[in-house]
Amino acid sequence: MIARALKLPRLRFNGLVGGIVVAMLLFIAIAGPWLAPYDPLKLDLMSRLKGPSPAHLLGADEFGRDVLSRLMYGARTSAWIAFSTVAFAIFFGVIVGVLAGFLRGWTDRILMTFNDALLAFPGLLLALGFMAVFGASRNGIIIALGLAYLPVVVRVVRGAVLSIREREFVEASRVMGNSEIITMARHVLPNCVAPITVLATTMFGWIILSESALSFLGLGVPPPAPSWGNMLATARPYISQSPHLIILPGLCISITLLGVNMLGDAIRDRLDPKMQS
Amino acid sequence: MVRFILSRLATAIPTLLIVSITVFALIRLIPGDPATLMLGDLAQPGQVEALRHQMGLDQPVIVQYLIWLGNVVSGDFGQSISTHQAVLPLILERFSVSATIVLLAVFLASLIAVPAGMFAAWRQDRFGDIAVIATSTLLLSIPSFWLGLMMLMVFGLWLGWLPVVGYVPFGRDFTGALLYTIMPVATLVMVESGSIARMARASTIEVARLDYITHARAKGLSEPAVMWRHAFKNAFAPTWTLIGLILGSLLANIAVIETVFTIPGLGRLLVDGIYARDYPVVQGCMLFVAFIYVVVNLAVDLVYPLLDPRVTT
Repeated sequence: MIARALKLPRLRFNGLVGGIVVAMLLFIAIAGPWLAPYDPLKLDLMSRLKGPSPAHLLGADEFGRDVLSRLMYGARTSAWIAFSTVAFAIFFGVIVGVLAGFLRGWTDRILMTFNDALLAFPGLLLALGFMAVFGASRNGIIIALGLAYLPVVVRVVRGAVLSIREREFVEASRVMGNSEIITMARHVLPNCVAPITVLATTMFGWIILSESALSFLGLGVPPPAPSWGNMLATARPYISQSPHLIILPGLCISITLLGVNMLGDAIRDRLDPKMQS
Repeated sequence: MVRFILSRLATAIPTLLIVSITVFALIRLIPGDPATLMLGDLAQPGQVEALRHQMGLDQPVIVQYLIWLGNVVSGDFGQSISTHQAVLPLILERFSVSATIVLLAVFLASLIAVPAGMFAAWRQDRFGDIAVIATSTLLLSIPSFWLGLMMLMVFGLWLGWLPVVGYVPFGRDFTGALLYTIMPVATLVMVESGSIARMARASTIEVARLDYITHARAKGLSEPAVMWRHAFKNAFAPTWTLIGLILGSLLANIAVIETVFTIPGLGRLLVDGIYARDYPVVQGCMLFVAFIYVVVNLAVDLVYPLLDPRVTT
């Protein structure tokens, strides 16, 4: 609707708004320690559960910690976890997917049987299982979510490799006498970049959502370190006294996800014309 | 048809076997010895050894897995460490609570979102379409637990229309149960509608480009007849798969909703099990949820040929 008013094509609008939101998230994530007015862990029992005021622009939580500072550090936590997890899942997913798609035969069959069995778990269930093993910690979440979303990456990469390796230019590279490895690195992999980019953007959103859900359940980022999810969890008992403690972290998650989803839509439509909506 | 069903069933068996191996291995990776955990810190060394022997923990891992698998297949999921209840009845009791909410939510969400998606496809790039897309993108971006908390705050605390915490089974007190389930179900309906509407829209648009739709229009059929009788039938099949996936994965994702509304469901049982390191409960829940997920997707696949004649049986 707004896009219409601005006479922008919808995709350009999506990309623009999504891009701005994601850029803001990254800026706050990186510059958070300099922007935040207080130490996010500093207790101030005098302003416990107080609403917004000049001293604490977005109020204070149940220990009197400054909510604005905690939200900024929360952005840092979410962005760091999402980036590391996507990097982890893409790195190992590409290795396994390329191996399966390129070697085919028994390697492919065995890898894919296990992969499909892991896909038979809902993502969050697998992540919960891994959290039970690793215990709630920052690195635990990265590995747990990375492993939980790995099978999806493997599927996508293998599919891309299988479809590209049959194309004429790959055949041409082989005929020219290039080894399999060089053919793979020079001609097959670069053509997998588009589907992997689309997937990585989508995953970025999933992971921010899953991390906040795990933290909300008490199986993610352990307090007192701030994350949007655990801020919501610890604020729950104070829901009637201090609604701002519930409203603000959720708004941060929603705005971030909205930005990531819009940017993702724009990237998908740009890179993958088949899936154009 | 029978061969199709049998071959699909046959592919589900290795999947379930590997699922069971994964769950078994995962639980074994949890630090700490199960026998020591069960007896607590005050156990005598001899007691631990005796329990280890009784539980078969002194056997090779493969033997342990086979014993466990045998027990599971015969319906013995073991005993909870903290409450000493049998795990399977506990899971089934909690499952009935979660399943009621999930089924209601997915049914209502499909009822709203599928027509909305088709409407958007029909009005492609016009106001109605943009409104549906914008709403569904917004809904996709709101975490269910936050939406739940906000509803709790507005309808439970500020307006006082609905009870805030707790749950009554439908069998015991129907109206009471209805009041307790309104908010969790409404939350899930809103969150899941987004993805279903987008899927319904995308697949309807894809179908609407096909020649037979042009043909139906050229025959002079009215727009609603073209959409409902011709486009809908083929467009619904991919959406149906998505609905199946949502149905299965909600059983795991519902843990956050059950936490918000303090509902004694399966997701909460799993999460509490993880806190308490109650490994038979964790193992049982994971296996059960994964099993349901596989079975739901299998059922969806089996219905698929009825919806999409291009997929032959």
